[in-house]
Amino acid sequence: MNENLFASFIAPTILGLPAAVLIILLPPLLIPTSKYLINNRLIATQQWLIQLTSKQMMTMHNAKGRTWSLMLMSLIIFIATTNLLGLLPHSFTPTTQLSMNLAMAIPLWAGAVTSGFRSKTKNALAHLLPQGTPTPLIPMLVIIETISLLIQPMALAVRLTANITAGHLLMHLIGSATLAMSTTNLPSALIIFTVLILLTMLEIAVALIQAYVFTLLVSLYLHENT
Amino acid sequence: MANYSVGIFSHSSVSVPVKDKKLLEVKLGELPSWILMRDFSPSGIFGAFQRGYYRYYNKYINVKKGSISGITMVLACYVLFSYSFSYKHLKHERLRKYH
Repeated sequence: MNENLFASFIAPTILGLPAAVLIILLPPLLIPTSKYLINNRLIATQQWLIQLTSKQMMTMHNAKGRTWSLMLMSLIIFIATTNLLGLLPHSFTPTTQLSMNLAMAIPLWAGAVTSGFRSKTKNALAHLLPQGTPTPLIPMLVIIETISLLIQPMALAVRLTANITAGHLLMHLIGSATLAMSTTNLPSALIIFTVLILLTMLEIAVALIQAYVFTLLVSLYLHENT
Repeated sequence: MANYSVGIFSHSSVSVPVKDKKLLEVKLGELPSWILMRDFSPSGIFGAFQRGYYRYYNKYINVKKGSISGITMVLACYVLFSYSFSYKHLKHERLRKYH
């Protein structure tokens, strides 16, 4: 049971080569580009969604922050499509791997903070001390604020990994519980099946929300630093 | 014997070398030699994938009234592909007396 539970999170390999790379390359195939003004339905739907999201997300930034809009839009599209594709049966979700989320979170956070320190050094350092603190508390508070700044990329990565992994694990467990109960006690199996349906709807929401949260936080770090 | 022709893909500047015959016109006895004549270099394989992608895309998605089945077929194939990948772990979970 223990080995089976986490077997779906093993990165798939073909003869030792990582096939996870191929699976990560699947979402771009589902999002075509076009050079025409009027497109087929798939591209039109996707363009409408992307315009909606980008307007929602990039209005709060100044001109320097808006140079990041391509990065943030591709980030949210990638995370949302990868999470949603992971809800299909038997599929592998790359965002359950902590390595991948760290690889996404650390460069983005480091870029935002470094550009903040380079361009507006005094402002960036002033963020380390909240306004109106009593004087004796200042050294301790600076240390605490520094730690909370340094922990931001880890929190970003671990948040995404833990949410998606926990959701998939819960669905596995409840699904296998339904199967096990279906032979002995059918009414309770139906109740558990209802729980599974509700959980699936939650997972769809979580998939989208996690993408949104990740991108929103990165853009927040950007806003402070531009 | 290779002559180049412009195929109808996403844009007209993609050209594809047309070998002797298409697959459906090859006689069964000539099949091994036809397979050996195909281009198996990396760019050839990439060209094959590109042609396959645009063939599917232009038939099912890039049409005036594309339906949801265009992308649903892709997702169904993805599910089957992932199932075949994880069959090795799944076969231990069957309801059999002896595994």
